[in-house]
Amino acid sequence: MRRIVTSILSTISIMVLLFSYHTSTNGTTAAASPVVQQPASSGSTSPARSSKKTQHSTSKPGSAAASSATYTGGVADTQWGPVQVQITVRSGKITRARAVQYPQGNGNDAQINNYALPILDQQVVQKQTAAIDTISGATVTSGGYLQSLQSAIDQAHL
Amino acid sequence: MGMPISIHLRGEDVDSPIVVRVVEDAFDLLREADRLFSTYQDDSEVSRIRRGELDLEQADPLVRQVVTLCRQAGELTAGAFTDQLPDDDGVLRFDPTGLVKGWAADRGASRLADLSALTFCLNAGGDVVVGGAAAETEGEGQGASGGASGAPWRVGIEDPRDRSRIAEVVELHHGGVATSGTAARGAHLYDPGAQTFVGRAGSVTVVGPSLMWADVWATALFVGPASLVLRFSELADGYRVISL
Repeated sequence: MRRIVTSILSTISIMVLLFSYHTSTNGTTAAASPVVQQPASSGSTSPARSSKKTQHSTSKPGSAAASSATYTGGVADTQWGPVQVQITVRSGKITRARAVQYPQGNGNDAQINNYALPILDQQVVQKQTAAIDTISGATVTSGGYLQSLQSAIDQAHL
Repeated sequence: MGMPISIHLRGEDVDSPIVVRVVEDAFDLLREADRLFSTYQDDSEVSRIRRGELDLEQADPLVRQVVTLCRQAGELTAGAFTDQLPDDDGVLRFDPTGLVKGWAADRGASRLADLSALTFCLNAGGDVVVGGAAAETEGEGQGASGGASGAPWRVGIEDPRDRSRIAEVVELHHGGVATSGTAARGAHLYDPGAQTFVGRAGSVTVVGPSLMWADVWATALFVGPASLVLRFSELADGYRVISL
């Protein structure tokens, strides 16, 4: 399970279960058990709500007043391999987002990378006020990636 | 099933043992559905029914419940929704997968709704069901009443012609958002009238009180004739459609 504590107004916890099965059009399956991650602290200044102080990645969170901080979303196993999202936050705004782990060694590399980066460029960086919580689409196979992006967004208190 | 399922919770005390327990129960319900209905598992009841090894009368009550719901879905959608789908050899076989996903997600959501102080968002492979605390006091689309649980869930709908874009945003406190289309898995949606898989571009998203029925209608409207939307507007009270 991933547990993520975010802004002073709300506490968000995200739990992910990956049911991922072999299909005739894809490669081997990804993990089918819950992934346990401990997220970085939100750095919130609120005294009343619960918060966590554990770190889960090499990036360090800034406090609410910090000018810049880098948050890394949990690694999600997808049908093509592990995908991880890293976002950079400056003064509360996401200024950069990128995928930091790329699946290797199968013909779908270009597919997931092309799908991932435009989502980051357009939705996350340019449309921050849209603050999407989740995505409905005719999509099944990129769910692991989307959940990773969502975990990164929530860490940035959007 | 065969998809990633995520549960998001908002509110206080999201780490409490009770919450952990309820979330695990919700996942257990989804696992149970997978065990009974997955066509990817050789020993699921549906697989055994498909091979003629298990009679419906001897099947789990949940399987019979789904069969009944499939029949109702077929009647409701004037046949556009069907549980008789072509297998790999093109032979029509019992396959309730199109209804089971939303049905199972709704069951998981009902368990999450027991967490009266929290609001939840469950995403099952792109079909979303939300509910919880704010659902009691607010209608859809209204502004937050001030508490953390007052903000609606913002559900982005993927642009079917450019999957890097979000075409629309649906704000929801309670209900389901289901999208049918070909963008991710190609022509996998079956039109029982024309007896062919539908390969057209675009997608249909249905928003309404139940994810299962939203999913049934999204599939039916995607594969069915254009006139079906008239039937939808007459019969699907409380549901709305977004065609992209």
